[in-house]
Amino acid sequence: MYNFDFEKPSTIADAVSALGTEDAQALGGGQTLLPTMKQRLASPSKLVSLKGIAEMQGICTGDDGALCIGGATTHADVAAGAGAYAGLAGLAAGIGDPAVRARGTIGGSLANNDPAACYPAGALASGATIVTNAREIAADDYFQGMFTTALDEGEIITEVRFPVPEASNYQKFEQPASRFALVGVFVAKFADGVRVAVTGASEDGVFRWSEAEAALSGNFSADAIVDMAPGADGMISDLHGTAAYRAHLVGVLTRRAVAAALSLPT
Amino acid sequence: MSQVTMTVNGKEMSGDAEGRTLLSQFLRETLGLTGTHVGCDTSQCGACVVHVDGVAVKSCTMLAMEAEGASVDTIEGQAAQDGTLNALQQAFQDHHGLQCGFCTPGMIMSAADLLKSNPNPTEAEVRHHLEGNICRCTGYHNIVKAIMAASGQDVSSIAAE
Ligand SMILES: Cc1cc2nc3c(=O)[nH]c(=O)nc-3n(C[C@H](O)[C@H](O)[C@H](O)COP(=O)(O)OP(=O)(O)OC[C@H]3O[C@@H](n4cnc5c(N)ncnc54)[C@H](O)[C@@H]3O)c2cc1C
Ligand code: FES
Ligand code: FES
Repeated sequence: MYNFDFEKPSTIADAVSALGTEDAQALGGGQTLLPTMKQRLASPSKLVSLKGIAEMQGICTGDDGALCIGGATTHADVAAGAGAYAGLAGLAAGIGDPAVRARGTIGGSLANNDPAACYPAGALASGATIVTNAREIAADDYFQGMFTTALDEGEIITEVRFPVPEASNYQKFEQPASRFALVGVFVAKFADGVRVAVTGASEDGVFRWSEAEAALSGNFSADAIVDMAPGADGMISDLHGTAAYRAHLVGVLTRRAVAAALSLPT
Repeated sequence: MSQVTMTVNGKEMSGDAEGRTLLSQFLRETLGLTGTHVGCDTSQCGACVVHVDGVAVKSCTMLAMEAEGASVDTIEGQAAQDGTLNALQQAFQDHHGLQCGFCTPGMIMSAADLLKSNPNPTEAEVRHHLEGNICRCTGYHNIVKAIMAASGQDVSSIAAE
């Protein structure tokens, strides 16, 4: 890893100004960025740690009932503290392993937008709002393909707001070596309809499976989507699974998620 | 270079670090605490697990500067002053929970992390908690057994050694 300057500001404003330096980059938990830097795939001139910013930590409930999670909140803290949204807490509890969850943050995961990451599915299925130092971005506009998001250079995710659905569940088919999702499906049932977001499967990154959403919004039961699967066109094909295999898994996992959402609390 | 200070196994320690100095590197090379092992250096194997402010982290994937002012516990701090092993360490020895021993410091620190929040884990919970710790020798079985035993549970019915 090439050397860099290190700063650990205690306010969002100071972090934003520290990120103004050329080639400066935000550091969340470092669980993705540090391995990337070791491989010399990234060589920032400065890392600005977001871990010292108290206003970016923790979970609260907004006036509208939405769950607000600070951008630097760890996966472990979401797993333990997002009881009001059990589907999301379950997602966080299944990321990587305990040591990864102790450092990795929701903001880092969403900024990175790995095509096999879990949080993008949770945020998109929930219709979450990504709050940055500069603006609010709807999840539907935020994810723009593998490792690509609506974030501008130096923009940081300060908070993520999740509307809490009536029922929800995340099903992850784990790729056993990396522990990321080979395919992951998040189903969220709201009063005005069902949202289904799929990670790990598409070459375009996380996506909403609208055909299943329509069927489930009419009848929220696994029976409503029996034998249904998205087309294999545009699905990822690699040594872990073919495009057809992944497409099939999307159908299976969506049915499992619906069944689990019906039998578990939100 | 700047100076980093942390409390390691109860003692305040300082040393020079660059921005890129990893906590694992700082512990091993600067402070000379080589009990923390580096297996993969890519956050996969868990040999480098230590506790920072009471939480298990992979020290190869944390910057030394991020631990400024923190309380860090490593494998060196687990036994008593006179060398008496703690319950987990003793159980690893009694139940043959190690062979080459390379993964052991990380296994012990991860197991200690589990027992702190879950003093009476099931076998499945132990295995789940060790997902980020890789052992190339033992086949895990005796590691799980040792951790169950250290938690005070009867392990005589857990299958063959
Ligand atoms: C062994 C292992 C297993 C894993 N398994 C899974 C898994 O199953 N599912 C899963 O989803 N993920 C998994 N991960 C990834 C993990 O969740 C990471 O924590 C996450 O992807 C990145 O979060 P971070 O806070 O560590 O970010 P960092 O690594 O610090 O940063 C990642 C990127 O985000 C930027 N960034 C960080 N925080 C912010 C912010 N607040 N605003 C804007 N930009 C920011 C950084 O500049 C960088 O570009 C795994 C990682 C490891 C090492
Ligand atoms: S050396 Fe840190 S996880 Fe392998
Ligand atoms: S005892 Fe050799 S790697 Fe675990």
